[in-house]
Amino acid sequence: MNEPMLALASAIPSDMSSKLTLIAPEILLFAGAVAVALLGISRRASLRHAVPLVTALFLAASMVVTAWVYRSDATASSGLMLPMLGGYAKLMIAGIGILLVMVAGSSIDRRLEEAFESGRAEFDPIRVMRGEFFAFFLLSLAGTMLVSNASDLIWLFLALELSSLPTYVMVAVSRGKRKAQEASMKYFFLGALSAATFLYGFALLYGATGTLVFSEMRDVLAMQAATGGVSTLAIVGGVMAILGICFKLAAVPMHFYAPDVYEGAGVATTAFLGFIPKIAGVLALILLLSIFGWSGHSIQVDGQLVSSAGLPAPITAVLWMVAVLTMTLGNVGAILQRNVKRMLAYSSIAQSGYLLIGIIAGPPAGFESLLFYLLGYGLMNTGLLAVLASLERHGEEVETLEDLAGLRVRHPWLAWSMAICAISLIGIPPLVGFFGKLALFGAAIENSQMALVVIAAVNTAISAYYYLQLVGVPMLGQPNARTQAVQLVPDPWPRRAALFCAASILILPFVAERIYSAAAASGKAPTSAKGEASASVEAAARASAQ
Amino acid sequence: MLPTLSYLLLLIPMIATVAILCAPSSLAKWIATIGSLATFFVAIGFAWMFPAWTDGTFAPTDATIPLLPSLGISLSFGTDSVGLLLVLMTAFLMPLCMIGSFTAVTERTKEYFAWFMALEAAMLTVFIAKDAIVFYTGYEFTLIPMYFLIAIYGGDNKRVASIKFFLYTFFGSILTLSGVIYIAAQYKIANGMWSFDLSTLTDFCSTKMSAPQQYWVFILLMAGFAVKVASFFPVHTWLPLVHDQAPTAGSVILAASLLKLGSWGVYRIALPAAPIGGVELDQIFAILCIVGILNAALICWVQNDAKKLIAYSSVSHLGFCMLGMFSLNAIGVTGSIMYMINHGLSTGALFLCIGMIYERYHTKDMDQLGGLFRRMPIWSFFMVFFTLASLGLPGLNGFIGEFLCLMGCFTAEPQSVAGYPGVLGPWYAIVAGLGLVLCAMYLLMMLGKLVWGPLREPASAAHHGGDHGHSGANPGATTHSSGGSAAQHASVTESSAQSHSALPADLNAREIGILVPLAVFCLAVGFYPKPMLDVIAPSVERLLAPYPSLVAEYVAKGTLMPRDDDGGGMASITPVQGQSTLHANSEPPLATVTTVRESVGQ
Repeated sequence: MNEPMLALASAIPSDMSSKLTLIAPEILLFAGAVAVALLGISRRASLRHAVPLVTALFLAASMVVTAWVYRSDATASSGLMLPMLGGYAKLMIAGIGILLVMVAGSSIDRRLEEAFESGRAEFDPIRVMRGEFFAFFLLSLAGTMLVSNASDLIWLFLALELSSLPTYVMVAVSRGKRKAQEASMKYFFLGALSAATFLYGFALLYGATGTLVFSEMRDVLAMQAATGGVSTLAIVGGVMAILGICFKLAAVPMHFYAPDVYEGAGVATTAFLGFIPKIAGVLALILLLSIFGWSGHSIQVDGQLVSSAGLPAPITAVLWMVAVLTMTLGNVGAILQRNVKRMLAYSSIAQSGYLLIGIIAGPPAGFESLLFYLLGYGLMNTGLLAVLASLERHGEEVETLEDLAGLRVRHPWLAWSMAICAISLIGIPPLVGFFGKLALFGAAIENSQMALVVIAAVNTAISAYYYLQLVGVPMLGQPNARTQAVQLVPDPWPRRAALFCAASILILPFVAERIYSAAAASGKAPTSAKGEASASVEAAARASAQ
Repeated sequence: MLPTLSYLLLLIPMIATVAILCAPSSLAKWIATIGSLATFFVAIGFAWMFPAWTDGTFAPTDATIPLLPSLGISLSFGTDSVGLLLVLMTAFLMPLCMIGSFTAVTERTKEYFAWFMALEAAMLTVFIAKDAIVFYTGYEFTLIPMYFLIAIYGGDNKRVASIKFFLYTFFGSILTLSGVIYIAAQYKIANGMWSFDLSTLTDFCSTKMSAPQQYWVFILLMAGFAVKVASFFPVHTWLPLVHDQAPTAGSVILAASLLKLGSWGVYRIALPAAPIGGVELDQIFAILCIVGILNAALICWVQNDAKKLIAYSSVSHLGFCMLGMFSLNAIGVTGSIMYMINHGLSTGALFLCIGMIYERYHTKDMDQLGGLFRRMPIWSFFMVFFTLASLGLPGLNGFIGEFLCLMGCFTAEPQSVAGYPGVLGPWYAIVAGLGLVLCAMYLLMMLGKLVWGPLREPASAAHHGGDHGHSGANPGATTHSSGGSAAQHASVTESSAQSHSALPADLNAREIGILVPLAVFCLAVGFYPKPMLDVIAPSVERLLAPYPSLVAEYVAKGTLMPRDDDGGGMASITPVQGQSTLHANSEPPLATVTTVRESVGQ
C-alpha cells in the first residue's frame, strides 16, 4: 500500500528555489510593508502623504512580478497541488488591492494630518497611524496571496493567520471612534475562535492521514476512499476546518460578526473586509477540498487506476447546508437594514452563499466560475463602498440610506456608479454580476445541483429588493435638509475608484472570455508556451464553430 | 446586408440613448423621435429583405459574434416571421409614443427619452435574439428602463408600483433563467460543450430530454413568461397597478410590447423546448387563463378609473391570446399571434387616448369626467373607434385574433372532430366566451360614461385654470363652453397648468397625427388580414410540428409521464419523432387554417 505513495512522493520534485520564485510577489509586498511603515512615521508631511501612493506602487509591481513568475518554469517544479492557482488569484488580489488603496487613500488619519498642518497639534510619531494601516494592509494581502501557494497545512494555517491578524488592527485604527475599537475586539475574539476551530480540524486531519503535505494527504484519503471509505476522523477534521474557514467567508455559522464589524470599521476597511478575507477563505477551501478529491484525482491501487468519486457525502452535505443558510440569512437580514454598511455586510454574507455554490459544484466548471465571480464581486462591492467613502456629512461617514437620498442631483456620477454596482449585484444582464451568476448556476446544474440553483434563484429575487434601494434612493429620491450637508471628501481618489469600478462592470462582459479562460487556466497544470498556443487555437476553433 | 440591418436595429436605439444623454435636454425629444423613426425604417428594410416570410425559418443565419465561447454564448441574431411582426409593431409604436410624449413630460426630459430608447433596444433584442443569453439579456434589461420610467414619471403611488413591477417580473424571470441553464447544462453533459443557441437548446430539450425533465423545464420557463404576460390568474396582480402608475407612453409600450415579451417567450422557448410539458400542463394553464379572463373582466365592470379599466381589460384580453396559444392547434396559435399584434395596436391606442385626457384634466376618474363628446368630438371619435377595435367588432383588427383564439380552443377537443385532437374543448371556449360578453359590457359602459351623457369636467381642469383665481369652488365652472377657454389661457398662473396651456380643448394636429396611423392600421388589418395570416402560418407549422402526435398520445393515455406499472409508458420518455410522420400529422390543421383565413379575409 505504501509503495505507490512513495513512488508518487519521490516523483514530485520539491524544489525550494521554485517555491521562492513563486512567492516573489509576496516578498515584494513584505518589503513594501516595511517601507510604508517607515514612511508613515516620517516627520515630513510630503513623505507621509506618499504612503498610499507607495503602497499602490508596490501592489502594481507585485502584479507585474506575478504575471512574470507564473509564466516561468517555476510553476512546473514547485510541487504544489494547484501550481497555477496563484496566477489568477494574486493578480486579482493585487488589482483589487490597488482599488482599495484608492478608497482608503488619505482617509486614514485625515483629521490628525489636518491638525498637524494647521499647527493645532505637534507632530507625534506615536499618534500617526497611516504607516501602520498600509503596512498591515500589505501584510494582509501578502498573507492572502500566500494561501494560494500553500503546500501543507502549516503553511496554510500561517498564511491564513497572516491574512487575518493585520485586519484586526486595521479595523481598530480605521477611524477614530470607539465603535471601531469595539468592532475590532469582536472581530479579534471571533477570529481567534475560528482560528482555533480550523486548527483543531487541521490536527484531526493530520491524525487521520499521518502527513501534513497536501499532495500526500490527497493520496492517503483517496486510498481510504478506494478501500472502505474515508475515515471518520478525517471527515470530522475536514468539517471543522471548513466551519472555521467560514469565518473568513462570513458564512453561517461564523457570520455573526459581519454586520457589527462592517458597521464599526471605517468605510475603506469595510471594503477591504468585504473582499480580501473572502478570497483567502475561498482559496483555503479550494485547497482543503482538493485534499478530499474535490478536483478529481486518481491513484494507482494494485496496478489499477482508481479515480476518486468526489467529495465525501458528509462534507458535501455540510457545504450544502452552509450555502443555503448563508444566502438565505444574508438576504433576509439585508432587507431589514437602513444602514448601508450593515446592508452590505449582510449582502456580503449572501454573496458567500453564492460562492459556495461554485465550491459545491466542484471543478472544473465550479472552480472557474467561482474565480470569475469573485473578481466581479470584488469590483461591485468595492465600487459601492467607494461611493460611500467619497461622501461625508459634517465630517462623519455617510452610512444610512437617508443620507443618500437624491444623490443624483448633486453628484450624478456617484449616483450612477452606485446604481450600476447595485444593479450588477442583483444580476441584471449584461453587467458582469450576471455572467458570474450564470457561470455559477451553470456549473451547479451541470453537477446535478438543480435544487441549490432554484434556492439561489429565489434568493437572488429577494436580494433584488434591497439592492434596488441602493439604486432607487440615490437616483429617485429628493434631496432634503439632511442630505444638503452631504458633500464630497477632499480626496478625489475614492470617487475615481468608484467610477473605475462602475466602468469596469460595464466593460468586463466584453472581455469575459479572456477572464474566464484565465480563471480556467489557474486550475490546470502549468502549460508551456506551446501549450498555451494550442489552447488558444482551440478557443479560436470553438469560437468559429459557434 | 440582413445581418447589418439586424445589428443596426439594435445599435440605432443604443446610439440614440447615448446621444440623448450627451446632448442638451432641449434636443432630447427630437433625437428620440429621429432615432425611433430611423429604427422603424431599418425595421421596414429588414422586413423588406427578409427571406423567411413563407418558410417559417429564422433569418439571418450568419449574424453571429462570439462573446463568451467558453460558455457557448454569442451575440447572434435572427428571427422568424412572427418575431418580425413584433419587431415591426414595436418599431412602429415607438415613434408614436415619443411624439406623444412631447408635452407630457416636463422635468428630467433627457432621462425620459433616453430610457425609452434603451427600452426599445432591449425589446428588439428579445424579438431578434437567437441566443438564449442574448434573449434573456434583453428580456431582463427591460426592467431597468421601465423601473426608472415608472418611478420617476409615474403617478402618486409610483414608488410602490415600480418596485412591485421589478420584483414580480424579476422573480419569475430568474426562474426562467434557471430553466434555460438547466437545458444548457444537460446539453453540456450530453455533448461536452456549452451552447446557448436557442434552436440548439429547444431541439435538444424537445428530442433528448425525458418527460419528467420536460415537465419541470416547462414549469420553470413558464414561471417567468406567465408573470410577464400577466394573463394567468394569480400572477397578474402587478400589472394593473403598474399600468395605472406608469406614464402614458410607458403604459402604451408596456401593453403593446413588454407584455408580448412573455407571450413571445412562450412561443419562442417554452412551447418548442418542452412539448411534453406543454401538453401535460396545457389544461392547467388554460384554466388559469380563463380564471384570469373572467376575474379581470369582472374587476373591469366595477372600475371607476378609466386607465385601470383598460389595464384590467388588457389582462382579460391577453388571457384570450394565451388561451389560443395553449389550444396547441394551428387556428389557436395563429389567432394568438394575431392577437399579440392587434392587442398592441388597439390597447396601445386606448392608453394614448386616456393619456390625452389625463394631460388635459389630470384625472382619469370616470365619476368626474363624462360627456366629453360635447367638448372633444375628434378625441371621442378615436376613443370609440379604438374601443370597438378592442372589443372585437368584426371589420376591425381585434376581431380576427379573438375569433381564431376561441375557435382554436373550441376545436381543440379530444374527439378531434376538426381533424386533429386537442386537450381543451368547447367547454373551455364557452366559459372563456363569457369574458367576451363582459368585455363588451364594460367597454361600452366606459364609453357611455366618458363620451356620451351630460358633460362632466373636474373643477380644476387645466384649461379652466383661469377659474381658480375667482371661482375655484363654483360648480358652474364646469359648464363653461370651450370657446372661452382660449382667452382664459392667458391668465393661467399655476405652474402645474402652465405646461398644458398649449393644449387646445380637443386634440391638436400632433395628437391626431399619432392616432391616425394606428387607426388606419386597425382598419387595414381588420378588413384584410390575409397577408398577416399567410406569413404567420409557416412559423406556426414549424412550432406545432411535434404536437399532434403528442396530443394524440396524451388523449389516448391520459398522461405523457412515465408510469412505473406501465411498460408502454416508457416509450414516451424519449419522444424522438420522425420528421415525416410529424409532417403528415400536421397537415389537417393547416388545411383548416387556410379555410379560416379565407373566410375571415373576405
